[in-house]
Amino acid sequence: MNRISAVFESAKGPILNVYATAGFPHLGDTMTVLEALQEGGADIIEIGMPYSDPVADGETIQQSNQVSLDQGMTVAHLFEQLKDLRVKVQVPVLLMGYINPVLQFGVERFCQKCQEVGVDGLILPDLPMAEYESEYQEIFERYGLYNIFLITPQTADERIRRIDSVSQGFIYMVSSASTTGAKTGISSEQELYFERINQMNLKNPRLIGFGISDRESFLKASASASGAIIGSAFVKLLAHSSHLREDIVTFVRGIKGLK
Amino acid sequence: MALTYQVDDKGYYGEFGGAFIPEMLYPNVEELRTHYLDIIKDPSFQKEFHDLLRDFVGRPTPLFEAKRLSEKYQTQVYLKREDLCHTGAHKVNNTIGQILVAKKLGKNKIVAETGAGQHGVATATVCALMGLECIVYMGAIDIERQAPNVARMRMLGAQVVAAESGSKTLKDATNEAMRHWINHPVDTHYIIGSVVGPHPYPDMVARFQSVISEEIKAQLTEKVGRNYPDYVLACVGGGSNAAGAFYHYLDEARTQLVAAEAAGQGITSGHSAATTFLGKSGVLHGSKSLLMQTEDGQVIEPYSISAGLDYPGIGPMHAHLFKTGRAHFYDITDEEALASALELSQLEGIIPALESAHALAVLPKLQAKSTEIVVINLSGRGDKDLATYQQRLNLV
Ligand SMILES: Cc1ncc(COP(=O)(O)O)c(C=O)c1O
Repeated sequence: MNRISAVFESAKGPILNVYATAGFPHLGDTMTVLEALQEGGADIIEIGMPYSDPVADGETIQQSNQVSLDQGMTVAHLFEQLKDLRVKVQVPVLLMGYINPVLQFGVERFCQKCQEVGVDGLILPDLPMAEYESEYQEIFERYGLYNIFLITPQTADERIRRIDSVSQGFIYMVSSASTTGAKTGISSEQELYFERINQMNLKNPRLIGFGISDRESFLKASASASGAIIGSAFVKLLAHSSHLREDIVTFVRGIKGLK
Repeated sequence: MALTYQVDDKGYYGEFGGAFIPEMLYPNVEELRTHYLDIIKDPSFQKEFHDLLRDFVGRPTPLFEAKRLSEKYQTQVYLKREDLCHTGAHKVNNTIGQILVAKKLGKNKIVAETGAGQHGVATATVCALMGLECIVYMGAIDIERQAPNVARMRMLGAQVVAAESGSKTLKDATNEAMRHWINHPVDTHYIIGSVVGPHPYPDMVARFQSVISEEIKAQLTEKVGRNYPDYVLACVGGGSNAAGAFYHYLDEARTQLVAAEAAGQGITSGHSAATTFLGKSGVLHGSKSLLMQTEDGQVIEPYSISAGLDYPGIGPMHAHLFKTGRAHFYDITDEEALASALELSQLEGIIPALESAHALAVLPKLQAKSTEIVVINLSGRGDKDLATYQQRLNLV
């Protein structure tokens, strides 16, 4: 079974998915960050593949992408860094990024590499569903990769149902109409939206992302979904950390309410 | 199936096009896709659009026989005077069309990107005309090199926001405009300034600009007794003025379509924006097209003296015209464009925009015969570029 499905089946509390930009704060930090996230208790890890033009991302993630690229990160180098991923990390790992670097690497070759190093799924926000179904689905599935789709407060019910039928693993529920890191906290209007989707009885579980930054917003979001995703708040911590491992473990434990 | 240069029902021109957008933009782009043709084809829309083009923009723009230029190059040169459009460039043909679409869709705010500032000015102008709120993103570097247009936008009531990310030019202004749209999905329409972006933008913008070749056909008939030229020349940044000048000749085999790209300091210099020479297939700003990028798929910062051509991609329609050989592409350096700008000024009394000067610079390379008719789309006027001309042409 794909590790992502296994996590949702066995989870006791809300699931915490943390996003970290690869090669950030320093090019060689990728594996250190992943191991510390696992040690702290993250249930799923999303590794951001840096891109020069990340239109769905706000300033914090944009800048981390640029820093990583300036330090020499490439798709090929990332796979090199993840060579021993499954010796050290057991939690599910997703790669999140934009479609162009994947196209240039070669879609099939990319998926093959993902399977080789033990990546469980992909989040490619600018790969639309129709395109995925006609050109990519067969290849992704051949290499055991889940493709994670996004929904937003503006996504029509009918489209949510279609996305649900194509999805595997979970649906990434964007908490508000925004880029990443634009807002923090959860309003009562957002809670209504979370609950509305919760009532749809979708086949896939949902994780809520965008604007989740601390234990309070994590719990609020998890009340109407299986868990939540923290991105910009964690990247900010990485940018300012002087003791990477300790800081990450403390941060993750704090969100999960572990001692 | 016969080769077609028009967009297909999936939003593709051959292998190029599509709508590679994050889900956050899907409802807006889908709304536009499902409505744009009905809106545009509606007779009341057409009337309002053409009335404004006539009474506000000043169309039709003249087709001017450039006699001294013709004599110099031993051919028959006609200039399509888009520089005489209100606001100084062809960009306004598109913004008039799109603001009317935005109103039909019930949007009351407009966001746009701009490079040279011409599209920003054209957007700010129609927003003032229609009383809609206007935000324009412009690269921080372009804000500096196109200061007069920044002042014009502000005078017209638009908010100009500096894009400080990446190369701080048109590509980054486009990223910021898209991010703004993601954050304001309900009340805002994004007026893209060229034939780029996700489907249906390239097709919609091409349709609004197609008035250029529609007029050329009628004007040529009157002047030379046939409705097609042997060549149509236009510069390509994203490619909207070229799309408009080519549109009604796409299936006219007797007309050669010629595009001028900005080579900057030369295509091998590392400071260039000549996409068809330096790019390969990739995805940027919502469509698959030719794109200047690294082997790793990171977008390369382009360079051109002309802010309006300083873009790492071209519209998917042009990528298809290039790939099929329907259009011929020339790379024009900064120096060649400057020389042609000076030449046109002194031979014909017209100071062209730096962008348009790239199209003019194809003329010495074209080797057109004396019996042949060459139409050059003069996309804009040079007022905004005077500081550059002053400096680079030693006008002291
Ligand atoms: C006068 C003029 N011509 C051409 C362009 C390039 O745009 P496009 O290739 O879309 O016509 C610009 C862009 O700002 C412009 O101002």
